[in-house]
Amino acid sequence: MAEVGKKIRVECTVNGEAAAFEAYPMERLLDALRRELRLTGTKEGCGEGECGACAVEMDGALVNSCLVPAAQAQGATLRTIEGVACADELHAIQKAFLLHGGSQCGICTPGMILASVNLLDRNPSPSEEEIREGLAGNLCRCTGYTKIFASVVAAHRKRDGGG
Amino acid sequence: MDAKAGQNALLNLDMDTRVIGKPVPRKEGREKVTGRARYVDDIALPGMLHGATVRSQLARGRIVGIRYGAGIPWEEFTIVTARDIPGKNCVTLLIEDQPCLADGVIDHPEEPVVLLAHSDAYLVEEARRAVEIVCEPLPAVFTIEDSLTRKEVIWGEDNIFKSFLVEKGDVESAWAQAELIVEGEYETGAQEQLYIEPNGMIAEASPEKGVTVWGSLQCPYYVHKALVPVFGLPKHRVRVVQTETGGGFGGKEEYPSMIAAHAALLAWKSGRPVKIIYDRAEDMVATTKRHPSKTRHRTGVTRDGRLVAMDIDFTIDGGAYETLSPVVLSRGTIHAAGPYSCPNVRIRSRAVATNAPPHGAFRGFGAPQSVFALERQMDRVAEQLGMTPDEFRRRNFIHEGETLAVHQVVREKVDMKRLMDRAFELSGYHEKRERFAKENARSAIKRGMGFASFLHGAGFTGSGEEYLASEVSAEATPDGVVRIHAASTEMGQGTNTIFSQIAAEALGLPCEQIEIVQPDTANVPNSGPTVASRTSMIVGKLVESAALEIEKKLKDSGFLDGKRDPRAFAAACRRYISEIGPLGAFIRYDHPRDLHWDDERYRGDAYGAYAWAVYVAEVSVDTRTAETRVEDFVAVQEVGRVINPVLAAGQIEGGVAQGVGFALFENIVWREGRMVNGQMTNYVMPTSMDVPPIRVFFEEIPYGRGPGGAKGIGELPLDGSAPAVINAVANATGLDIRRIPMTPETLLEMLESARG
Repeated sequence: MAEVGKKIRVECTVNGEAAAFEAYPMERLLDALRRELRLTGTKEGCGEGECGACAVEMDGALVNSCLVPAAQAQGATLRTIEGVACADELHAIQKAFLLHGGSQCGICTPGMILASVNLLDRNPSPSEEEIREGLAGNLCRCTGYTKIFASVVAAHRKRDGGG
Repeated sequence: MDAKAGQNALLNLDMDTRVIGKPVPRKEGREKVTGRARYVDDIALPGMLHGATVRSQLARGRIVGIRYGAGIPWEEFTIVTARDIPGKNCVTLLIEDQPCLADGVIDHPEEPVVLLAHSDAYLVEEARRAVEIVCEPLPAVFTIEDSLTRKEVIWGEDNIFKSFLVEKGDVESAWAQAELIVEGEYETGAQEQLYIEPNGMIAEASPEKGVTVWGSLQCPYYVHKALVPVFGLPKHRVRVVQTETGGGFGGKEEYPSMIAAHAALLAWKSGRPVKIIYDRAEDMVATTKRHPSKTRHRTGVTRDGRLVAMDIDFTIDGGAYETLSPVVLSRGTIHAAGPYSCPNVRIRSRAVATNAPPHGAFRGFGAPQSVFALERQMDRVAEQLGMTPDEFRRRNFIHEGETLAVHQVVREKVDMKRLMDRAFELSGYHEKRERFAKENARSAIKRGMGFASFLHGAGFTGSGEEYLASEVSAEATPDGVVRIHAASTEMGQGTNTIFSQIAAEALGLPCEQIEIVQPDTANVPNSGPTVASRTSMIVGKLVESAALEIEKKLKDSGFLDGKRDPRAFAAACRRYISEIGPLGAFIRYDHPRDLHWDDERYRGDAYGAYAWAVYVAEVSVDTRTAETRVEDFVAVQEVGRVINPVLAAGQIEGGVAQGVGFALFENIVWREGRMVNGQMTNYVMPTSMDVPPIRVFFEEIPYGRGPGGAKGIGELPLDGSAPAVINAVANATGLDIRRIPMTPETLLEMLESARG
């Protein structure tokens, strides 16, 4: 069970800043982020690693935070949706989602945006097939994905065009 | 308005608009892309407890006891059973047959019996598992057949929630004119809405303060109507607030009333705020799904492909309580004969009871079931006539001035042939169908083209809108900001943006100057439920009227001249408010007097307007692995004026993806009335790898009674996607598929038996 044992203190870097929280070692990182750090942009859609609504970056890799024990975040560098925009300036991906209809109900959006950012960081000019593969771990029930693909394409074109 | 004037009102050819028709970005988009949008589970109130629901463990029986297991500090828990309900123990909807908490009897395997609350969310889950509902089982009914033959009578006198009879002409005497009669039976399975945000509610409740709930929901006033009798409170002491809602698709139409009542009962007893959030498994197994259906067709045609008689028998499985089944049945019945002109039609339909959790609203609302059956039947009739499926439909499409099965004279400029030609051209239908037929002979991968032609009525059926009498209000601030007060909810489909565009267009203002007030029954009038493709067309028109009423007041007062300028508008508002007083408008729906509906005979103007569509699917079927892929999808529709092209295309694309899931992937495994694959791992919805390129095209014929010329759009894509895909699979493989979902397992069986 998640709450077995004593709570530990987890120290890590979250969205570029030092952070610390108390959690049971086997508690889900998702719960610790939402409850202890009030980073509620990370969502729970299924709790079993299927939907990707809880996706965050951990040491540069995209992970489902519902499958990561809180203890594993010790010393890690995390990025959540709250750390994607730079102050009030939206990330190119966020702008593209806004402009091209990549977000409808918005519940998959934080995870989908982190997956898109992670994809473009690894592969700045993905093909359509690579975009489909890159987002395959993130489920969206509203869009049929079409406008999400368009948003990712628009973001990388803009970046390619703008240097 | 007389009929002639009504007809003229249907044609509004003014397409010269400023913000309507433009891809205005989503109003609440910035909050959504930054993660700042607040959904119900993101809210924590001081001293809040976490609630959980203990459910029955068998499909039908008598409760003889409740055992609270060892090892749980029960004295720390708030425990609620049916006995704690201060008012009526029912979830009021159309009737009052569904209890809020089972009391003595169990009618389905997910029936709530005991509610628990504790400050520790982990402990409450452990406690939930430690409660045992002790029952004496009773014989139960799990199939439509067993319900119809009354193997057991489990609801009312005959297990039938509702039945309809639609009759046009005389089917029985028409068989004699038929040169060919084709029969067929079709089935569709249950489908889970699978919004990515599970259901959830927070409640505060006490005899002193009344009841307030915040939650993920589509219809604030449905929840309000249900809470009032549960607590026996006057209406003004119950308040329902919608939080940001992560998808609904019908799945948050009626069930949120149940969860709201549960959270409020726990809050009432504990004196603390209570939050109930369903986990995915609970949401999938316990809440509503699309009604499973069975349809029988008997179609009579002449040798030259004219429809002579259509005899349709349509049955849906409603589950254990009536809930919305009569209304779902109604829409499914009215859509069962499609966009075709046939002199003799009979549609007999019924919704039956089984001991499964009640099935409910899901985008399309009965129509996807009956349209699947019809569009498969149309292909099969064409085949037996030796005619192409498009030529057969071409000879029977409905035209302006002709009558639908429910005797409704079509007054729209409908041109199904044009929609079909355009869809065929864009998809390369004819060329590919011909080419695939040749190539398939020497390939294990068979390709095929299929299509469906269909219509979808917008708004409540028949006199529904008249009874709803929806209301919207608007108020202007001294800064010239116009606030729209409506109970229509944003759940991703774009209500906030569409309403802003409509009001901005009406007033000549930028969209930023329009504010959409959060749906809160203490603060917005009852605009009716956010369902039935009615938000843009029906409620949007009220928004437009409210905006125009404000402008009229400003003009009548002499503070605003004809010029449309945001600054002049703000100055006029300021002056009006300081010299005259509050500046607002209140609008109530006025049913067009030329629309008539006869509820007794079930005929008349079923809907004020229809969307019309032809969808084409291209598929490939690997006959070695039985894997079906949708390779391309073209969706052509006429939906009146498109208010926002990005949002509108998004509605269609998302609906097509759900329709592809309905056709090929989404299989609910039932065991004694219980869904046993309630996980995203084994209930599979389309991923980014599964969806085809979805190419969306609109024909725009402005509808005079819609705001800016718009009709309804939201449910349409669910109707035609599945039959288009399955008709394509039939074309590719030669298999006569009559049941969906058509999973690889079922296809493999069919392929093997075809090989002999």
